[in-house]
Amino acid sequence: MHPAFSVIFFTVSSGAGLGLFALLVLADLFKLGGGLSSQALLMPGILAIFLVGGGFLSSVFHLANPKNSWRAVMRFRTSWLSREGVFGLLFFPFASIYLGLAWLAPESWLPVRYVFGIVALLLSWAAIFSTGMIYACLKTIRQWNTPLTPANYLALGHFSGVLLLLAFLPQENQGLFVFLAIALLAVAAFLKAIYYFWIVAPHISSTINTATGFNRAKVKLLDQGHTHGTFLTQEFGFQVARKYRLILKAIFFLIAFVYPLMILIGNPTQGGMVIATISALLGLVVERWLFFAEARHVVNLYHGAQRC
Amino acid sequence: MRLGLVIDLDVCVGCHACAIACKQWNASGMTGALTDYEPYGAEPSGVWFNRIRSYEVGEYPVSKTINFPMSCMHCEDAACVTVCPTGASYKRAEDGIVLVDQDKCMGCNFCSWACPYGARELDRATGTMKKCTLCADRIYDQNLAVEDRQPACVLTCPAHARMFGDFDDPESAVSRTVRERSGYQLMPELGYNPTNHYLPPRKAKPIPIENLGKPGFKEKLKTFVNKVVKR
Repeated sequence: MHPAFSVIFFTVSSGAGLGLFALLVLADLFKLGGGLSSQALLMPGILAIFLVGGGFLSSVFHLANPKNSWRAVMRFRTSWLSREGVFGLLFFPFASIYLGLAWLAPESWLPVRYVFGIVALLLSWAAIFSTGMIYACLKTIRQWNTPLTPANYLALGHFSGVLLLLAFLPQENQGLFVFLAIALLAVAAFLKAIYYFWIVAPHISSTINTATGFNRAKVKLLDQGHTHGTFLTQEFGFQVARKYRLILKAIFFLIAFVYPLMILIGNPTQGGMVIATISALLGLVVERWLFFAEARHVVNLYHGAQRC
Repeated sequence: MRLGLVIDLDVCVGCHACAIACKQWNASGMTGALTDYEPYGAEPSGVWFNRIRSYEVGEYPVSKTINFPMSCMHCEDAACVTVCPTGASYKRAEDGIVLVDQDKCMGCNFCSWACPYGARELDRATGTMKKCTLCADRIYDQNLAVEDRQPACVLTCPAHARMFGDFDDPESAVSRTVRERSGYQLMPELGYNPTNHYLPPRKAKPIPIENLGKPGFKEKLKTFVNKVVKR
Protein backbone atom coordinates (compact mmCIF):
# COMPACT_ATOMS: atom_id res chain seq x y z
CA MET A 1 0.00 0.00 0.00
CA HIS A 2 1.10 3.51 -0.75
CA PRO A 3 1.91 5.22 2.58
CA ALA A 4 0.15 8.61 2.39
CA PHE A 5 1.75 11.09 4.76
CA SER A 6 -1.54 12.76 5.71
CA VAL A 7 -2.99 9.45 6.91
CA ILE A 8 0.20 8.60 8.82
CA PHE A 9 0.11 12.00 10.52
CA PHE A 10 -3.61 11.68 11.20
CA THR A 11 -3.44 8.25 12.85
CA VAL A 12 -0.37 9.07 14.96
CA SER A 13 -1.62 12.49 16.03
CA SER A 14 -5.25 11.59 16.75
CA GLY A 15 -4.20 8.30 18.40
CA ALA A 16 -1.88 10.16 20.77
CA GLY A 17 -4.47 12.86 21.45
CA LEU A 18 -7.28 10.41 22.15
CA GLY A 19 -5.01 8.23 24.29
CA LEU A 20 -3.85 11.25 26.26
CA PHE A 21 -7.41 12.42 26.86
CA ALA A 22 -8.57 8.96 27.93
CA LEU A 23 -5.75 8.78 30.48
CA LEU A 24 -6.52 12.30 31.75
CA VAL A 25 -10.13 11.35 32.44
CA LEU A 26 -9.08 8.06 34.05
CA ALA A 27 -6.57 9.90 36.25
CA ASP A 28 -9.27 12.39 37.22
CA LEU A 29 -11.93 9.76 37.93
CA PHE A 30 -9.79 7.37 39.93
CA LYS A 31 -7.51 10.02 41.43
CA LEU A 32 -4.46 8.28 39.98
CA GLY A 33 -1.23 9.48 41.56
CA GLY A 34 -3.25 11.57 44.01
CA GLY A 35 -5.35 13.07 41.22
CA LEU A 36 -4.50 15.87 38.83
CA SER A 37 -5.34 19.45 39.71
CA SER A 38 -7.72 21.20 37.32
CA GLN A 39 -4.77 23.29 36.09
CA ALA A 40 -2.80 20.09 35.42
CA LEU A 41 -5.78 18.72 33.48
CA LEU A 42 -6.21 21.80 31.35
CA MET A 43 -2.97 22.09 29.37
CA PRO A 44 -2.65 18.40 28.35
CA GLY A 45 -6.39 18.36 27.68
CA ILE A 46 -6.14 21.28 25.27
CA LEU A 47 -3.15 19.68 23.57
CA ALA A 48 -5.13 16.44 23.20
CA ILE A 49 -8.01 18.26 21.52
CA PHE A 50 -5.57 20.04 19.19
CA LEU A 51 -3.84 16.76 18.29
CA VAL A 52 -7.16 15.10 17.47
CA GLY A 53 -8.42 18.16 15.60
CA GLY A 54 -5.19 18.53 13.63
CA GLY A 55 -5.32 14.87 12.74
CA PHE A 56 -8.90 15.13 11.53
CA LEU A 57 -8.12 18.21 9.46
CA SER A 58 -5.17 16.45 7.86
CA SER A 59 -7.36 13.44 7.04
CA VAL A 60 -9.94 15.72 5.41
CA PHE A 61 -7.29 17.31 3.20
CA HIS A 62 -6.13 13.83 2.24
CA LEU A 63 -9.49 13.31 0.49
CA ALA A 64 -9.68 13.81 -3.26
CA ASN A 65 -12.98 15.66 -2.93
CA PRO A 66 -12.99 17.32 0.53
CA LYS A 67 -16.16 19.33 -0.10
CA ASN A 68 -18.17 16.12 0.40
CA SER A 69 -16.35 15.17 3.62
CA TRP A 70 -19.37 16.10 5.76
CA ARG A 71 -21.17 13.15 4.19
CA ALA A 72 -18.71 10.78 5.87
CA VAL A 73 -21.00 10.48 8.90
CA MET A 74 -23.87 9.11 6.81
CA ARG A 75 -23.15 5.37 6.95
CA PHE A 76 -22.58 4.80 10.66
CA ARG A 77 -24.35 1.46 10.50
CA THR A 78 -21.96 -0.23 8.08
CA SER A 79 -18.73 1.71 7.67
CA TRP A 80 -15.91 1.87 10.21
CA LEU A 81 -14.65 5.05 8.57
CA SER A 82 -18.02 6.63 9.20
CA ARG A 83 -17.99 5.39 12.81
CA GLU A 84 -14.55 6.87 13.35
CA GLY A 85 -15.83 10.18 12.02
CA VAL A 86 -18.91 10.16 14.24
CA PHE A 87 -17.05 9.17 17.42
CA GLY A 88 -14.29 11.67 16.63
CA LEU A 89 -16.72 14.53 16.01
CA LEU A 90 -18.74 13.76 19.15
CA PHE A 91 -15.50 13.66 21.13
CA PHE A 92 -14.85 17.39 20.64
CA PRO A 93 -17.94 18.84 22.41
CA PHE A 94 -17.76 16.37 25.30
CA ALA A 95 -14.03 16.82 25.75
CA SER A 96 -14.29 20.62 25.55
CA ILE A 97 -17.16 20.83 28.03
CA TYR A 98 -15.31 18.47 30.38
CA LEU A 99 -12.21 20.68 30.27
CA GLY A 100 -14.33 23.81 30.64
CA LEU A 101 -15.99 22.42 33.73
CA ALA A 102 -12.62 21.36 35.15
CA TRP A 103 -11.37 24.90 34.65
CA LEU A 104 -14.34 27.06 35.68
CA ALA A 105 -17.03 25.10 37.46
CA PRO A 106 -17.29 25.01 41.27
CA GLU A 107 -16.81 21.81 43.26
CA SER A 108 -20.55 21.10 43.37
CA TRP A 109 -20.53 20.51 39.59
CA LEU A 110 -18.15 17.57 39.95
CA PRO A 111 -20.72 14.84 38.99
CA VAL A 112 -21.60 16.74 35.79
CA ARG A 113 -17.92 17.01 34.94
CA TYR A 114 -17.49 13.29 35.53
CA VAL A 115 -20.43 12.45 33.27
CA PHE A 116 -18.92 14.49 30.43
CA GLY A 117 -15.51 12.98 31.21
CA ILE A 118 -16.81 9.41 31.07
CA VAL A 119 -18.61 10.04 27.77
CA ALA A 120 -15.46 11.64 26.31
CA LEU A 121 -13.42 8.67 27.58
CA LEU A 122 -15.73 6.12 25.95
CA LEU A 123 -15.81 8.15 22.73
CA SER A 124 -12.03 8.35 22.58
CA TRP A 125 -11.73 4.58 23.04
CA ALA A 126 -14.41 4.01 20.40
CA ALA A 127 -12.63 6.40 18.01
CA ILE A 128 -9.22 4.71 18.35
CA PHE A 129 -10.83 1.29 18.02
CA SER A 130 -12.67 2.45 14.88
CA THR A 131 -9.40 3.73 13.39
CA GLY A 132 -7.94 0.27 13.86
CA MET A 133 -11.05 -1.42 12.47
CA ILE A 134 -10.91 0.67 9.29
CA TYR A 135 -7.84 -1.38 8.41
CA ALA A 136 -8.74 -4.60 10.21
CA CYS A 137 -12.08 -5.01 8.41
CA LEU A 138 -10.47 -5.31 4.96
CA LYS A 139 -10.39 -8.94 3.86
CA THR A 140 -8.33 -7.87 0.86
CA ILE A 141 -5.23 -7.09 2.94
CA ARG A 142 -4.06 -10.04 5.01
CA GLN A 143 -1.51 -8.00 6.98
CA TRP A 144 -4.31 -5.79 8.34
CA ASN A 145 -7.17 -8.25 8.66
CA THR A 146 -6.37 -9.27 12.24
CA PRO A 147 -7.54 -8.36 15.77
CA LEU A 148 -3.94 -7.29 16.37
CA THR A 149 -4.57 -4.16 14.30
CA PRO A 150 -7.10 -2.42 16.61
CA ALA A 151 -5.19 -3.81 19.60
CA ASN A 152 -2.02 -2.14 18.32
CA TYR A 153 -3.81 1.13 17.66
CA LEU A 154 -5.26 1.17 21.18
CA ALA A 155 -1.95 0.23 22.82
CA LEU A 156 0.15 2.71 20.83
CA GLY A 157 -2.41 5.49 21.31
CA HIS A 158 -2.38 5.09 25.09
CA PHE A 159 1.40 4.65 25.17
CA SER A 160 2.02 7.90 23.28
CA GLY A 161 -0.72 9.53 25.39
CA VAL A 162 0.90 8.67 28.70
CA LEU A 163 4.28 9.96 27.45
CA LEU A 164 2.63 13.26 26.48
CA LEU A 165 1.00 13.43 29.93
CA LEU A 166 4.36 12.83 31.63
CA ALA A 167 5.92 15.59 29.54
CA PHE A 168 3.46 18.00 31.19
CA LEU A 169 3.92 16.84 34.78
CA PRO A 170 6.62 18.29 37.05
CA GLN A 171 8.99 15.65 38.34
CA GLU A 172 7.46 15.39 41.83
CA ASN A 173 3.98 14.49 40.46
CA GLN A 174 5.13 11.82 38.03
CA GLY A 175 5.18 8.88 40.49
CA LEU A 176 2.48 6.47 39.41
CA PHE A 177 2.37 7.68 35.80
CA VAL A 178 5.94 6.50 35.23
CA PHE A 179 4.88 2.98 36.20
CA LEU A 180 1.78 3.30 34.03
CA ALA A 181 3.97 4.42 31.12
CA ILE A 182 6.34 1.47 31.57
CA ALA A 183 3.38 -0.93 31.69
CA LEU A 184 1.80 0.58 28.55
CA LEU A 185 5.19 0.55 26.83
CA ALA A 186 5.57 -3.16 27.60
CA VAL A 187 2.07 -3.95 26.32
CA ALA A 188 2.52 -1.87 23.15
CA ALA A 189 5.98 -3.29 22.40
CA PHE A 190 4.85 -6.88 22.96
CA LEU A 191 1.74 -6.50 20.80
CA LYS A 192 3.75 -4.91 18.02
CA ALA A 193 6.43 -7.60 18.26
CA ILE A 194 3.75 -10.29 18.05
CA TYR A 195 2.34 -8.51 15.00
CA TYR A 196 5.72 -8.37 13.27
CA PHE A 197 6.36 -12.07 13.88
CA TRP A 198 2.82 -12.89 12.84
CA ILE A 199 2.89 -11.12 9.46
CA VAL A 200 6.10 -12.83 8.32
CA ALA A 201 4.86 -16.28 9.37
CA PRO A 202 3.55 -18.44 6.51
CA HIS A 203 -0.18 -18.04 5.97
CA ILE A 204 -2.96 -19.48 3.91
CA SER A 205 -3.76 -16.61 1.63
CA SER A 206 -5.06 -15.76 -1.79
CA THR A 207 -2.68 -16.64 -4.59
CA ILE A 208 -2.43 -15.84 -8.27
CA ASN A 209 -4.12 -19.22 -8.77
CA THR A 210 -7.26 -18.40 -6.79
CA ALA A 211 -7.25 -14.92 -8.31
CA THR A 212 -7.37 -16.25 -11.88
CA GLY A 213 -9.12 -19.53 -11.14
CA PHE A 214 -6.34 -21.64 -12.63
CA ASN A 215 -5.68 -23.77 -9.60
CA ARG A 216 -3.77 -26.66 -11.09
CA ALA A 217 -0.98 -24.94 -12.96
CA LYS A 218 1.66 -22.32 -12.53
CA VAL A 219 0.33 -18.91 -13.54
CA LYS A 220 2.62 -16.13 -14.68
CA LEU A 221 1.80 -12.58 -15.75
CA LEU A 222 2.74 -11.88 -19.35
CA ASP A 223 1.25 -8.44 -19.88
CA GLN A 224 -0.33 -5.95 -17.48
CA GLY A 225 -2.32 -4.30 -20.24
CA HIS A 226 -0.99 -0.81 -19.60
CA THR A 227 2.25 0.90 -20.54
CA HIS A 228 2.63 3.21 -17.56
CA GLY A 229 1.23 2.97 -14.01
CA THR A 230 -2.46 3.07 -13.19
CA PHE A 231 -4.38 4.10 -10.09
CA LEU A 232 -4.10 0.48 -8.97
CA THR A 233 -0.32 0.26 -9.27
CA GLN A 234 0.15 3.66 -7.64
CA GLU A 235 -2.15 2.91 -4.71
CA PHE A 236 -1.40 -0.77 -4.14
CA GLY A 237 1.89 -1.50 -5.88
CA PHE A 238 4.17 0.10 -3.28
CA GLN A 239 6.86 -2.23 -1.90
CA VAL A 240 9.90 -1.94 0.32
CA ALA A 241 12.82 -4.32 0.32
CA ARG A 242 13.00 -6.76 3.25
CA LYS A 243 16.36 -5.34 4.31
CA TYR A 244 14.97 -1.80 4.69
CA ARG A 245 11.89 -3.10 6.49
CA LEU A 246 14.12 -4.77 9.09
CA ILE A 247 16.21 -1.63 9.52
CA LEU A 248 13.08 0.51 9.91
CA LYS A 249 11.63 -1.92 12.46
CA ALA A 250 14.84 -1.71 14.45
CA ILE A 251 14.77 2.10 14.30
CA PHE A 252 11.12 2.10 15.36
CA PHE A 253 11.72 -0.13 18.39
CA LEU A 254 14.80 1.85 19.35
CA ILE A 255 13.31 5.34 19.28
CA ALA A 256 9.73 4.45 20.26
CA PHE A 257 10.39 1.91 23.02
CA VAL A 258 14.03 1.46 24.04
CA TYR A 259 15.01 5.13 24.40
CA PRO A 260 11.79 6.20 26.24
CA LEU A 261 12.18 3.14 28.51
CA MET A 262 15.71 4.22 29.41
CA ILE A 263 14.44 7.70 30.24
CA LEU A 264 11.49 6.30 32.21
CA ILE A 265 13.49 3.99 34.46
CA GLY A 266 16.15 6.64 35.10
CA ASN A 267 14.04 9.02 37.26
CA PRO A 268 12.98 11.25 34.35
CA THR A 269 13.10 15.03 34.36
CA GLN A 270 10.38 16.96 32.54
CA GLY A 271 12.82 17.94 29.79
CA GLY A 272 13.91 14.36 29.41
CA MET A 273 10.28 13.33 29.05
CA VAL A 274 9.67 15.92 26.33
CA ILE A 275 12.57 14.51 24.31
CA ALA A 276 11.44 10.93 24.98
CA THR A 277 7.90 11.80 23.83
CA ILE A 278 9.10 13.42 20.61
CA SER A 279 11.33 10.42 19.98
CA ALA A 280 8.43 8.02 20.56
CA LEU A 281 6.09 9.98 18.29
CA LEU A 282 8.72 9.93 15.52
CA GLY A 283 9.01 6.20 16.12
CA LEU A 284 5.26 5.86 15.67
CA VAL A 285 5.50 7.72 12.36
CA VAL A 286 8.03 5.10 11.23
CA GLU A 287 5.74 2.34 12.55
CA ARG A 288 2.71 3.75 10.71
CA TRP A 289 4.71 4.12 7.49
CA LEU A 290 5.71 0.46 7.77
CA PHE A 291 2.12 -0.52 8.56
CA PHE A 292 1.16 0.76 5.12
CA ALA A 293 4.33 -0.21 3.28
CA GLU A 294 4.16 -3.83 4.44
CA ALA A 295 0.51 -4.32 3.55
CA ARG A 296 -0.02 -6.26 0.33
CA HIS A 297 -3.39 -5.85 -1.35
CA VAL A 298 -4.71 -8.87 -3.25
CA VAL A 299 -5.07 -6.82 -6.43
CA ASN A 300 -1.30 -7.23 -6.77
CA LEU A 301 -2.00 -10.85 -7.69
CA TYR A 302 -3.49 -9.63 -10.96
CA HIS A 303 -0.33 -7.63 -11.54
CA GLY A 304 1.87 -10.68 -11.23
CA ALA A 305 2.46 -11.28 -7.49
CA GLN A 306 2.35 -15.01 -6.79
CA ARG A 307 0.80 -14.66 -3.32
CA CYS A 308 -0.15 -11.92 -0.89
CA MET B 1 -32.69 -9.43 -11.22
CA ARG B 2 -29.00 -9.95 -10.85
CA LEU B 3 -27.31 -8.58 -13.93
CA GLY B 4 -23.74 -9.45 -14.76
CA LEU B 5 -21.28 -10.68 -17.33
CA VAL B 6 -19.88 -14.01 -18.39
CA ILE B 7 -16.41 -13.88 -19.84
CA ASP B 8 -15.24 -16.76 -21.97
CA LEU B 9 -11.50 -17.21 -21.44
CA ASP B 10 -11.48 -19.87 -24.13
CA VAL B 11 -12.16 -17.44 -26.94
CA CYS B 12 -10.92 -14.08 -25.65
CA VAL B 13 -8.18 -12.98 -28.00
CA GLY B 14 -6.98 -10.06 -25.87
CA CYS B 15 -7.70 -7.36 -28.44
CA HIS B 16 -8.74 -4.74 -25.81
CA ALA B 17 -11.76 -3.80 -27.95
CA CYS B 18 -14.06 -4.17 -24.91
CA ALA B 19 -11.94 -1.68 -22.96
CA ILE B 20 -11.98 0.79 -25.84
CA ALA B 21 -15.73 0.45 -26.38
CA CYS B 22 -16.23 0.89 -22.64
CA LYS B 23 -14.15 4.02 -22.60
CA GLN B 24 -15.94 5.40 -25.66
CA TRP B 25 -19.41 4.84 -24.22
CA ASN B 26 -18.71 5.82 -20.64
CA ALA B 27 -16.58 8.90 -21.34
CA SER B 28 -19.88 10.62 -22.07
CA GLY B 29 -21.99 8.35 -19.87
CA MET B 30 -23.46 8.79 -16.41
CA THR B 31 -20.08 8.75 -14.60
CA GLY B 32 -18.05 10.40 -17.38
CA ALA B 33 -15.62 11.74 -18.21
CA LEU B 34 -12.99 9.07 -17.70
CA THR B 35 -10.03 11.35 -17.37
CA ASP B 36 -6.75 10.59 -19.09
CA TYR B 37 -3.52 11.91 -17.65
CA GLU B 38 -0.84 12.75 -20.21
CA PRO B 39 -2.51 10.71 -22.96
CA TYR B 40 0.14 11.71 -25.50
CA GLY B 41 2.98 12.17 -23.03
CA ALA B 42 5.76 9.88 -21.94
CA GLU B 43 3.76 8.40 -19.08
CA PRO B 44 0.19 7.92 -20.28
CA SER B 45 -2.29 6.88 -17.61
CA GLY B 46 -5.96 7.30 -16.87
CA VAL B 47 -9.25 5.93 -15.65
CA TRP B 48 -10.56 2.71 -17.19
CA PHE B 49 -13.48 0.54 -16.12
CA ASN B 50 -12.17 -2.47 -17.90
CA ARG B 51 -8.62 -3.78 -18.04
CA ILE B 52 -7.23 -6.76 -19.91
CA ARG B 53 -4.24 -8.66 -18.62
CA SER B 54 -2.52 -11.68 -20.14
CA TYR B 55 -1.24 -14.68 -18.24
CA GLU B 56 0.74 -17.76 -19.08
CA VAL B 57 -0.87 -20.80 -17.50
CA GLY B 58 1.30 -23.89 -17.19
CA GLU B 59 4.94 -24.14 -18.08
CA TYR B 60 6.44 -24.29 -21.55
CA PRO B 61 5.88 -26.38 -23.61
CA VAL B 62 2.66 -27.34 -21.84
CA SER B 63 1.39 -23.82 -21.47
CA LYS B 64 -1.33 -21.54 -22.74
CA THR B 65 -1.74 -17.80 -22.94
CA ILE B 66 -4.94 -16.60 -21.30
CA ASN B 67 -6.25 -13.11 -21.92
CA PHE B 68 -8.08 -11.93 -18.87
CA PRO B 69 -10.50 -8.98 -19.08
CA MET B 70 -11.59 -7.66 -15.70
CA SER B 71 -14.20 -5.11 -14.75
CA CYS B 72 -16.50 -4.69 -11.76
CA MET B 73 -17.92 -8.08 -10.69
CA HIS B 74 -21.06 -6.49 -9.19
CA CYS B 75 -20.63 -8.71 -6.12
CA GLU B 76 -23.61 -9.97 -4.16
CA ASP B 77 -21.78 -9.15 -0.90
CA ALA B 78 -20.07 -6.01 -2.13
CA ALA B 79 -17.63 -4.90 0.57
CA CYS B 80 -17.00 -1.66 -1.34
CA VAL B 81 -20.59 -0.67 -0.56
CA THR B 82 -20.50 -1.56 3.14
CA VAL B 83 -17.24 0.30 3.80
CA CYS B 84 -18.32 3.49 1.99
CA PRO B 85 -18.73 6.17 4.70
CA THR B 86 -20.76 8.62 2.61
CA GLY B 87 -23.32 6.31 1.04
CA ALA B 88 -22.03 7.26 -2.42
CA SER B 89 -21.48 3.59 -3.27
CA TYR B 90 -24.64 1.59 -3.53
CA LYS B 91 -25.97 -1.63 -4.96
CA ARG B 92 -29.26 -1.33 -6.75
CA ALA B 93 -31.92 -3.61 -5.31
CA GLU B 94 -33.72 -4.05 -8.61
CA ASP B 95 -30.85 -5.33 -10.76
CA GLY B 96 -27.81 -5.73 -8.49
CA ILE B 97 -25.67 -3.14 -10.29
CA VAL B 98 -23.07 -1.51 -8.01
CA LEU B 99 -22.78 2.22 -8.70
CA VAL B 100 -21.08 5.31 -7.29
CA ASP B 101 -23.11 8.48 -6.84
CA GLN B 102 -20.66 11.06 -8.17
CA ASP B 103 -22.39 13.84 -6.23
CA LYS B 104 -21.82 12.14 -2.88
CA CYS B 105 -18.35 10.60 -3.25
CA MET B 106 -15.60 12.32 -1.24
CA GLY B 107 -12.70 10.40 -2.78
CA CYS B 108 -11.37 8.64 0.33
CA ASN B 109 -10.29 5.53 -1.66
CA PHE B 110 -11.64 3.23 1.04
CA CYS B 111 -13.88 1.31 -1.40
CA SER B 112 -10.93 0.65 -3.70
CA TRP B 113 -9.07 -0.83 -0.73
CA ALA B 114 -12.01 -3.15 -0.06
CA CYS B 115 -12.25 -4.31 -3.68
CA PRO B 116 -10.07 -7.36 -4.43
CA TYR B 117 -10.60 -7.11 -8.18
CA GLY B 118 -9.20 -3.63 -8.78
CA ALA B 119 -12.52 -2.53 -10.23
CA ARG B 120 -12.50 0.96 -8.76
CA GLU B 121 -10.26 3.78 -9.89
CA LEU B 122 -10.05 7.30 -8.56
CA ASP B 123 -10.46 10.08 -11.11
CA ARG B 124 -7.96 12.72 -10.01
CA ALA B 125 -9.71 15.41 -12.07
CA THR B 126 -13.08 15.09 -10.33
CA GLY B 127 -11.76 13.62 -7.07
CA THR B 128 -14.35 10.87 -7.17
CA MET B 129 -14.27 7.10 -7.48
CA LYS B 130 -15.31 5.64 -10.81
CA LYS B 131 -16.23 2.15 -11.82
CA CYS B 132 -18.05 -0.03 -14.32
CA THR B 133 -21.75 0.85 -14.47
CA LEU B 134 -22.65 -2.22 -16.53
CA CYS B 135 -23.77 0.50 -18.94
CA ALA B 136 -26.80 1.17 -16.75
CA ASP B 137 -27.50 4.19 -18.96
CA ARG B 138 -27.72 1.97 -22.03
CA ILE B 139 -29.26 -1.39 -21.14
CA TYR B 140 -32.66 0.18 -20.34
CA ASP B 141 -32.65 2.76 -23.15
CA GLN B 142 -36.01 2.46 -24.91
CA ASN B 143 -34.65 4.39 -27.89
CA LEU B 144 -32.21 1.62 -28.74
CA ALA B 145 -33.14 -1.54 -30.59
CA VAL B 146 -33.67 -4.46 -28.18
CA GLU B 147 -30.52 -6.25 -29.29
CA ASP B 148 -28.48 -3.09 -28.64
CA ARG B 149 -29.60 -2.84 -25.00
CA GLN B 150 -26.42 -4.48 -23.75
CA PRO B 151 -23.18 -3.14 -22.27
CA ALA B 152 -20.84 -1.62 -24.83
CA CYS B 153 -18.11 -4.19 -24.12
CA VAL B 154 -20.45 -7.09 -24.87
CA LEU B 155 -21.71 -5.57 -28.10
CA THR B 156 -18.27 -4.84 -29.45
CA CYS B 157 -16.46 -8.08 -28.61
CA PRO B 158 -15.41 -9.53 -31.98
CA ALA B 159 -14.78 -12.98 -30.52
CA HIS B 160 -18.13 -13.13 -28.68
CA ALA B 161 -16.21 -13.78 -25.50
CA ARG B 162 -18.61 -11.71 -23.39
CA MET B 163 -22.21 -12.38 -22.47
CA PHE B 164 -24.62 -10.23 -20.52
CA GLY B 165 -27.69 -11.39 -18.68
CA ASP B 166 -29.66 -12.12 -15.54
CA PHE B 167 -28.11 -14.65 -13.17
CA ASP B 168 -31.26 -14.85 -11.04
CA ASP B 169 -33.08 -16.56 -13.89
CA PRO B 170 -31.80 -20.17 -13.99
CA GLU B 171 -32.83 -20.51 -17.63
CA SER B 172 -31.18 -17.34 -18.91
CA ALA B 173 -28.38 -17.77 -21.45
CA VAL B 174 -25.74 -16.70 -18.93
CA SER B 175 -26.96 -19.08 -16.22
CA ARG B 176 -27.12 -21.97 -18.64
CA THR B 177 -23.67 -21.27 -20.07
CA VAL B 178 -22.13 -21.03 -16.60
CA ARG B 179 -23.76 -24.33 -15.69
CA GLU B 180 -22.71 -26.12 -18.86
CA ARG B 181 -19.19 -24.79 -19.11
CA SER B 182 -18.34 -24.85 -15.36
CA GLY B 183 -18.13 -21.09 -15.07
CA TYR B 184 -16.40 -19.91 -11.92
CA GLN B 185 -15.95 -16.83 -9.75
CA LEU B 186 -12.61 -15.16 -8.99
CA MET B 187 -11.14 -15.35 -5.46
CA PRO B 188 -14.16 -17.14 -4.02
CA GLU B 189 -12.30 -17.53 -0.70
CA LEU B 190 -12.92 -13.86 0.11
CA GLY B 191 -16.66 -14.51 0.12
CA TYR B 192 -17.79 -11.50 -1.90
CA ASN B 193 -19.86 -13.73 -4.20
CA PRO B 194 -19.10 -11.88 -7.44
CA THR B 195 -21.85 -11.95 -10.07
CA ASN B 196 -19.53 -12.06 -13.07
CA HIS B 197 -18.37 -15.53 -14.00
CA TYR B 198 -15.44 -16.75 -16.08
CA LEU B 199 -15.56 -19.73 -18.41
CA PRO B 200 -12.39 -21.82 -18.36
CA PRO B 201 -10.65 -22.74 -21.63
CA ARG B 202 -12.03 -25.90 -23.19
CA LYS B 203 -9.86 -28.92 -23.69
CA ALA B 204 -8.55 -28.98 -27.23
CA LYS B 205 -6.63 -31.66 -29.04
CA PRO B 206 -2.94 -30.76 -28.96
CA ILE B 207 -1.51 -29.84 -32.33
CA PRO B 208 1.27 -32.36 -33.01
CA ILE B 209 4.70 -30.87 -33.58
CA GLU B 210 6.94 -33.97 -33.39
CA ASN B 211 6.98 -37.41 -35.12
CA LEU B 212 4.67 -36.24 -37.83
CA GLY B 213 5.43 -39.21 -40.10
CA LYS B 214 6.56 -38.99 -43.71
CA PRO B 215 6.01 -35.57 -45.29
CA GLY B 216 3.41 -35.49 -48.01
CA PHE B 217 3.76 -33.81 -51.43
CA LYS B 218 2.68 -30.42 -50.03
CA GLU B 219 5.28 -30.52 -47.29
CA LYS B 220 8.00 -31.60 -49.75
CA LEU B 221 7.08 -28.75 -52.08
CA LYS B 222 7.17 -26.26 -49.20
CA THR B 223 10.59 -27.46 -48.05
CA PHE B 224 11.85 -27.27 -51.65
CA VAL B 225 10.53 -23.73 -52.13
CA ASN B 226 12.02 -22.66 -48.83
CA LYS B 227 15.37 -24.00 -49.94
CA VAL B 228 15.27 -22.29 -53.31
CA VAL B 229 13.88 -18.90 -52.35
CA LYS B 230 16.31 -16.85 -50.30
CA ARG B 231 14.56 -14.58 -47.77
